[in-house]
Amino acid sequence: MARVILENVSKYFNEVIAVKDFSLEIEDKEFVVFVGPSGCGKTTTLRMIAGLEEITKGNIYIGDRLINRIPAKDRDIAMVFQNYALYPHMTVYQNLAFSLEMRKLSKKEIDERVKEAADLLEISELLHRKPKQLSGGQRQRVAVGRTIVRKPQVFLFDEPLSNLDAKLRVQMRGELKKLHERLSSTIIYVTHDQVEAMTMGDRIVVMKDGLIQQVGKPLDLYFHPINKFVAGFIGSPTMNFIETELIGSENRLFVQADGFRLRIPEERSRNLQNHVGKKITLGIRPQDLSKASAPVEGETIEALVEIIEPIGNEIYLDVKAGRDSLIASVDPKTRVIPHQKILLQANLENIHLFDPDDEKALL
Amino acid sequence: MIESFWSKFFRFYVPLIIFVIFLLFPFYWMFNTSLKPMKELYNLKLNPFYVHQPTLENMKTLLFDTIFLRWMYNTFFVAILSTAISLGASLLAAYAIQRLKFKTSGPTGLAIFFGYLIPPTILFIPLATIIFDLRLWDSLWSLVLTYPTFLIPFCTWLLMGYFKSIPKEMEECAMIDGASRLRVFWRIVIPLCLPGIFSAGIFAFTLSWNEFLYALAFISTTESKTVPIGLVTELVRGDVYHWGPLMTGALLASVPVALVYSFFVEHYVAGLTGALKE
Repeated sequence: MARVILENVSKYFNEVIAVKDFSLEIEDKEFVVFVGPSGCGKTTTLRMIAGLEEITKGNIYIGDRLINRIPAKDRDIAMVFQNYALYPHMTVYQNLAFSLEMRKLSKKEIDERVKEAADLLEISELLHRKPKQLSGGQRQRVAVGRTIVRKPQVFLFDEPLSNLDAKLRVQMRGELKKLHERLSSTIIYVTHDQVEAMTMGDRIVVMKDGLIQQVGKPLDLYFHPINKFVAGFIGSPTMNFIETELIGSENRLFVQADGFRLRIPEERSRNLQNHVGKKITLGIRPQDLSKASAPVEGETIEALVEIIEPIGNEIYLDVKAGRDSLIASVDPKTRVIPHQKILLQANLENIHLFDPDDEKALL
Repeated sequence: MIESFWSKFFRFYVPLIIFVIFLLFPFYWMFNTSLKPMKELYNLKLNPFYVHQPTLENMKTLLFDTIFLRWMYNTFFVAILSTAISLGASLLAAYAIQRLKFKTSGPTGLAIFFGYLIPPTILFIPLATIIFDLRLWDSLWSLVLTYPTFLIPFCTWLLMGYFKSIPKEMEECAMIDGASRLRVFWRIVIPLCLPGIFSAGIFAFTLSWNEFLYALAFISTTESKTVPIGLVTELVRGDVYHWGPLMTGALLASVPVALVYSFFVEHYVAGLTGALKE
């Protein structure tokens, strides 16, 4: 168990920048998730920690050890790969024992550790099978088992759940989280799925184009995204972004869209004085739009329902307000039909405003 | 759709039977000829597809009047050694080209492939000079050393394709698990590539077993000859073809190759179609 420290880590593939100035301190026993769209550098960062990619610039420490020049096999880490990378010619037992054999443990100790891990993951009855004879979920468990027999300082997971079907994914998500509690170890987990990131991580690192966008606890990212990218990436369905203009004066500011205007809460108005009369991007989550009964100036939006998507516990409405399309997540009992006019109540406390030029959040 | 018997018969069995006859006829002819006495061989009035008075005379001539068994031994010796040398070199070469991404790995792979395309008829004169300088003239070692010149390119090329089909993650995983590059090669790559190694080995063995040109050029002593050369040089005397013993020799010489193929045919096919199927 150990801290992992990355100092200004960069990775160039010839001219292409994969990761730039990545700095992060991962605490002992922390579960950190790297999340971002494909090609954002999250896997490359993980592979640098693992020792599978060379570090172009910067330093990585595991515990107190600078590991830049230490080969993968001596870094005392374990990794689960996206396709599991089980050795097809070995049985599950041999797969689990491989790393221990490489470390020259005694037969007896290997046996104990393998059995212990197999018990923990409930794969004891599979020990004599070959990977070919396992289902996706079972392979996943073996891949995880292979890492825990090692008792390494740090666990690395590279999109381990992306090959599983939706139901199994939810189940494994819970199991991995439980496992983290039991092992109380440092875990670095890479995924492109924001739901996985939100549900599993103690802290989340959102990345884009090789740069860290924001680091924070899941709900901090959700409620206080630092820029438009993070706001759009975290949360489902995606936050609505509308190009508006900031109008009004002093304490009565409004964002004026094509088909509606919303009032800015007073305490936030003070910081926005410089933006009055300028373009501003309004961000509002679908969950912050609900059905209203009567119009209120600056709080409600009149819209036309286009598509209705019932999910069960909520209904997603694709609506059109003036020129802008919005998604609202409303109560499942709401009765609406397509092309119906509807009034939506905006939760003004939770609206987000972004500078349209640098896309940074305006507080 | 259920095919009717006759449709299947004409579309599948008839072509298959024709193909089998086409393939097996040379073997039948060898077998047939090896059992015929001389006077029956040259009698045009008799049905050539049938043996009227079978005899083991040809077998006797081959085994006791020539040193056929010695030639067999020589051929085995050369084929096995050169196959082993070629496999060893190609395994390392193919792995390096495929996995250790050095700057010229692509061109090197291509160059090795082109090496395979150079015909032996061009190479045997310069090779002969080298063999002479090494004082290996008329020695089996000259063949053991020259056969890899065409075996290594082929095997390397075949194994490169095979290594490519092994997921890189598996090796990376083994390295994180604590294995060195050589350990990974030995414990992970080689076992997974066995079908590919088998097919490369079979191919190399067959090629060296049948090789003619270098063996003809570099070997002159009767005791050092390989089967293909021994038969042709010792059983064609002047313009007299001793068809009986010749065919018997050809038949016996094809047995080991046929055995190798039939034992490893499954691996061989798997090797050529490549890929690890999960």
